[in-house]
Amino acid sequence: MASQNPIAPSPAAGIYGGSVFANVVQAPEDPILGVTVAYNKDPSPVKVNLGVGAYRTEEGKPLVLNVVRRAEQLLVNDPSRVKEYLPITGLADFNKLSAKLIFGADSPAIQENRVATVQCLSGTGSLRVGGEFLARHYHERTIYIPQPTWGNHPKVFTLAGLSVKTYRYYDPTTRGLNFEGLLADLSAAPPGAIVLLHACAHNPTGVDPTLDQWEQIRLLMRSKGLLPFFDSAYQGFASGNLDADAQSVRMFVADGGECLTAQSYAKNMGLYGERVGALSIVCKSADVATRVESQLKLVIRPMYSNPPIHGASIVATILKDRELYHEWTIELKAMADRIINMRQQLFDALRARGTPGDWSHIIKQIGMFTFTGLNTEQVTFMTKEYHIYMTSDGRISMAGLSSKTVPHLVDAIHAAVTRMK
Amino acid sequence: MAAISREILKRRGILPSPVMATIGTRSMASWFGHVEPAAKDPILGVTEAFLADPSPDKVNVGVGAYRDDNGKPVVLECVREAERRIAGNLNMEYLPMGGSIKMIEESLKLAYGEDSELIKEKRIAAVQALSGTGACRLFADFQKRFLPDTQIYIPIPTWANHHNIWRDACVPQRTFRYYHPETKGLDFASMMDDIKNAPNGSFFLLHACAHNPTGVDPSEEQWREISYQFKVKNHFPFFDMAYQGFASGDPNRDAKAIRIFLEDGHLIGCAQSYAKNMGLYGQRVGCLSILCEDELQAVAVKSQLQQLARPMYSNPPVHGALVVSIILGDPELKSLWLKEVKGMADRIIGMRKALRENLEKLGSPLSWEHITNQIGMFCYSGMTPEQVDRLTDEFHIYMTRNGRISMAGVTTGNVGYLANAIHEVTKSS
Repeated sequence: MASQNPIAPSPAAGIYGGSVFANVVQAPEDPILGVTVAYNKDPSPVKVNLGVGAYRTEEGKPLVLNVVRRAEQLLVNDPSRVKEYLPITGLADFNKLSAKLIFGADSPAIQENRVATVQCLSGTGSLRVGGEFLARHYHERTIYIPQPTWGNHPKVFTLAGLSVKTYRYYDPTTRGLNFEGLLADLSAAPPGAIVLLHACAHNPTGVDPTLDQWEQIRLLMRSKGLLPFFDSAYQGFASGNLDADAQSVRMFVADGGECLTAQSYAKNMGLYGERVGALSIVCKSADVATRVESQLKLVIRPMYSNPPIHGASIVATILKDRELYHEWTIELKAMADRIINMRQQLFDALRARGTPGDWSHIIKQIGMFTFTGLNTEQVTFMTKEYHIYMTSDGRISMAGLSSKTVPHLVDAIHAAVTRMK
Repeated sequence: MAAISREILKRRGILPSPVMATIGTRSMASWFGHVEPAAKDPILGVTEAFLADPSPDKVNVGVGAYRDDNGKPVVLECVREAERRIAGNLNMEYLPMGGSIKMIEESLKLAYGEDSELIKEKRIAAVQALSGTGACRLFADFQKRFLPDTQIYIPIPTWANHHNIWRDACVPQRTFRYYHPETKGLDFASMMDDIKNAPNGSFFLLHACAHNPTGVDPSEEQWREISYQFKVKNHFPFFDMAYQGFASGDPNRDAKAIRIFLEDGHLIGCAQSYAKNMGLYGQRVGCLSILCEDELQAVAVKSQLQQLARPMYSNPPVHGALVVSIILGDPELKSLWLKEVKGMADRIIGMRKALRENLEKLGSPLSWEHITNQIGMFCYSGMTPEQVDRLTDEFHIYMTRNGRISMAGVTTGNVGYLANAIHEVTKSS
């Protein structure tokens, strides 16, 4: 059949006949997911998982919103529904409704058709598609991300083709915002640089600028031509009010300038695993927005062709129906309120206990996470002695706390702070 | 909500000029003003044009999605049942980065064989992916990261998006000859030449069955020869399997090429899609697998695949994966699925027969054997772009200009009309 050709080793061949991937080493475990893995292994009856970045009820259970179940039933019972490919840009209704949700129904940018919105795979997917678009079409390839930020941000933007720098954000001494540092670092950024901003409920610190501070950030950024890229993963989930949590984004859009916004429905609609999100690019003109949208398609097509239909259909069903929408806002507020309540309970309990230190940051910070200020040794101690599972940076997920577990956490923190420095 | 007119906005003084706006102390032009409009996707453009056509006779044979004999999209019964079971029951928590374990297990059984030793030995690194596209892209990214000096050999022709995928992953592309226009079949001799002449250890993209867009597959004997030559050359075979079950109606038969390569000891890569064979198009469900030397290596490779997925979408969508798991994991539902997928394949095979017979009955001077020789959703008719344009302009028949007909769009209702039109534009060839 085939003659024996002299075989020259090629760069791709491993051991002749062996795997070409023989040299692939195992990747390190994801630090956040590693927490849950360790938690699951622990047999202690008093263990608490404060690593999880997903909402839990008072009973510690995941929650599917009632309004989501209703929307799902509507979809399942509709015999006319098909499973055809969505367009590359996703479900049109969903895109329009998502833009309205974040920018406001009366936003001039929307009225003037200046917003290009594409459905993406939750916040991650929206950030990645936006990043790839910028790497191809924007004149500045550097993005500034806050210090600290969600662990996945640097990788997302690096793989998208951008180079990543940081700006000061969190002040460990106050456990609040390092506003002077932030302004200084953004002032020093090259004109046109991209700046990643957490729209609300900063992850992992829970520290947000005030509206005044946002205004100052806006003026500075616009004067330097810095391009805002908002990550909005907690709209409605932070304060309980959808409009309030969108204020930072809307301030920037109101000045007529351009920006990018990544939206996620993972937390605020509890759609985590369905991967529902949207990327919006607010442009100067409708013509630019049309061209931008056409280029976004070229990023998406070789990545996954078109986005998944299920989750977006649920969101669109809810957002377009007055009654479902209203019910959603109520359920959303209930989740936000429970978290705010946990913050208050934890703070009150620490004060009552007389635990040394100023714990007011617990009630000043907002959203799912609290940066406790505990150090790595203290965290390790709490895990070992009290079976409290959290990330080593001292971040706890308030969503994982309940009235029942607050006392145990307080015991653990008290012990850690008094026995370990 | 009333639309606000430009007049009102102007009067309120909040209408910025089209391109410039005053912000703080600076007027700024759009940062994206230089962005060019992207070229339209050739395939999607066909459907757009079809939808815009008012003619009652119009036929869409561009669509790459299954249609029933009434030209309607189909949701399989097994899928409807699976969804009934899902709704109202489970939570929507994040899947692991690598996706649904259950779906992956079932997918591997489907591709590698129900009783595959390789599965038992845990030698297959596998992750859930965003349908076939996502699986190919993850593999391309993985190839770039771990074997940055390699290229990918892609058949001529292939699905247009294959080129986009490896290009965006920054993996250089080469081509190998595949389709033989003269016979409208496989150019086996040239294909084997290209396989032999490629440097040892080259990476090849192979369509496991129902080649898109030609419908031309190697015979079993030819696959064996290809596999042998791959062993001699130590080439890496990457299979894109988007039509398992959908081509012949028998999933095991459609996986024959893969099984031959596995028997011969190749360490393959494989992209699987459930878009067509389960009709889950918009759900984006698929699986990427890479066969490794041992379990340890498989664990390492899987962990690295996850590292590539994480900065792209964190973890894959749960809904479609649940549907697949429920169907394949339940013997009754799986049985129903096998029946339904055979039904789809049979209808298409029936339409191939009908189209060919119609053309022959019309006394066409050309040979139309290839219509029934080819397999799967698509038929490479051999028509020129000019002939295709005539089909569209004169007969309102929509297809891609490379002469590709989606047999899924052919029905007993339109096959006569289609045959007649094709005859008209080709009879003087």
